[in-house]
Amino acid sequence: MTASLRRIWGLMYRHIALFRRSWPRLVELAYWPVLQMCIWGFTASFMATRAGSPAALAGGALIGGVLLWEVSLRSQMGMSITFLEEIWSRNLGHVFVSPLRPAELVAALIGMSFLRMMCGVIPAALLAWALYAFNLFALGPILVLFFVNLMVMGWAVALAVVSLILRHGAGAEALAWSVLFGLTPFAAVFYPVSVLPAFLQPIAFIVPASHVFEGMRAALLNGHIAWNELGWALAMNVIWLIGASLIFRQQFQVARTRGALLSIGE
Amino acid sequence: MNAISVQNLGKSYGDTRAVDGIDFEVPAGHTLGLLGGNGAGKTTTIAMLLGLLVPSQGRIRILGHDMATDRFAALARMNFSSPYVSLPHRLTVRENLVVYGHLYNVCQVERRIAALAAQLDLEALLDRPAGDLSTGQKTRVALAKSLINRPDVLLLDEPTASLDPDTGDLVRGWLERYQADSGCTILLASHNMAEVERLCSDVLMLKRGRVVDRGTPGELLTRYGRDDLEQVFLDIARDRQATATEEPAL
Repeated sequence: MTASLRRIWGLMYRHIALFRRSWPRLVELAYWPVLQMCIWGFTASFMATRAGSPAALAGGALIGGVLLWEVSLRSQMGMSITFLEEIWSRNLGHVFVSPLRPAELVAALIGMSFLRMMCGVIPAALLAWALYAFNLFALGPILVLFFVNLMVMGWAVALAVVSLILRHGAGAEALAWSVLFGLTPFAAVFYPVSVLPAFLQPIAFIVPASHVFEGMRAALLNGHIAWNELGWALAMNVIWLIGASLIFRQQFQVARTRGALLSIGE
Repeated sequence: MNAISVQNLGKSYGDTRAVDGIDFEVPAGHTLGLLGGNGAGKTTTIAMLLGLLVPSQGRIRILGHDMATDRFAALARMNFSSPYVSLPHRLTVRENLVVYGHLYNVCQVERRIAALAAQLDLEALLDRPAGDLSTGQKTRVALAKSLINRPDVLLLDEPTASLDPDTGDLVRGWLERYQADSGCTILLASHNMAEVERLCSDVLMLKRGRVVDRGTPGELLTRYGRDDLEQVFLDIARDRQATATEEPAL
C-alpha cells in the first residue's frame, strides 16, 4: 500500500472503528432510508390498489425515486457528517498537522460516504423488494450509472458544505442535514421536469439528479435507456465537482490564513 | 545544522499583530523553550510552524523544508502534542494509535505501539476507550501519539498542563530519554518555569508577539540577577529591565 493510500485508510479506519463502538450510529444510518421506504412504499401500494395498473407503474417509479434519492442524500450527509465527527471530537488539529493532504482527506471522506450510503440504501432496497415486490436491480446494469451520478452529486454538494464549515465553523453544520432537501423540488425525484413551471425548468436542468430521475422513469415506464439524460447528468456532475473542488481548495486556504483551523469547533 | 529556522515571522489579524517579525533557529538535537504570558504569540507561532496557519510575513524552514511550499515533507518527520487537542474519545487507545500510525506511514505499527506502551506504561490502557482515561493517562497517550512516527522535530504546547507533580515529572523524564536516544529537536511552549529550566537548552521570551529576550536558562538568570526563571518571567512580563538586581517593585 502506498503512503497516500495508507493515510486515506488511516482516516477511514478511525471512522469504521467509531461505528464498531457505537451501535446507535449504525442504526441511524439505516433508520431514515427504511422509514422513507415504509412511508412512500405503502403510499404507492395504496395508490395502485385504488387506481389500477397505470398507478402501479407510477408507484414503482415513486419507490425507485425514493430509493435512488437516498443515494444522493446519504452520500452527501455521509461525507459532511464524517467531517463533522472530526470537529465534534476536537481531533481536527491532530489531523491537519499530520502529513494527510487535503485531497487525501477528501478521498477518505468519500470512502466513508460510500460505506455509510450502502449501509442506508441496502436495507431500504431489501425492504422495497420484500414488502412491495419492487426490485431495484431489475433496472439492470444502467443502475450502476444512476448510482454513480447520484453519489457524485452528493459528494459535490458535501464538498461545498465542508468548505462552508471550514469558512464559518460549526455554525454552518446545520447545512449538512438540510442542504440537499432544498434541491429536491428541482431534482425531479417524484415527478418529471415537465411538471415544473417553464421558468423553473432551467434550474432543474443544471441539477444532475433531475437527469438521472428522468432516465429512471424512462427505464421503468417505457423500458428504454435515455442515454442523453445520463450524458447530461455526467456533464453537470463534472461541472459541479470541479466547482466544489475549487471552492474547497480556496476555503481551505482561507481557513489556514484566518486561523479558522485553530478554532473550527466554535 | 539547524532543525528549525525562522526568519522575520509575523502574523496579523487586521490591525492586530499576533506575532511581529520574530527570528530564531533551533540546532538539531536541542530544546527551545517558548515563554511568554497569555497572548504573547506562542500558540500562533507553533500553529505557523505546524502549517495550520499561514504567516503574514517571513519564512519557516524545518528539517530543510520550506513550510510555505513543502510542508508535507516536513510534517511527516514532525509531531505535536497539546492537552488542548483531543483524541477521539470512543476509540480505544490502541485504535487511536493505529490511526496515527497509518497517517504517519509507520512501519510495523503494532510493534511500535507495543514499544511505546512499554515505555510510557500504557499496556494496561491500550484497549480502553480514550475518553475513559484520567487527565494524566490522556497526557501519556497524547505523548505516545506524538512519538508514534519517531519524530525528528517535536512541538509541545504545555505538555504537562494540569498534571500532578509526579506525572509531570514522569513525562519530563520520558521526553529527556526520547531526546537522548533519538537526537530529536524539541520546541516547548510552557508556563511551567521549572520544566523549562530542566528541559530547554535555549529560551525565547515572547511578549506582545515580539522576542524580548533570549538565551540559555543560565544566561537569563545571570542577566536578570534572579534565582529562577519564574522571577525572570515576571520581570519581563512587568517590564522590568535586565540587569535589574534590585528588589522588584511591589
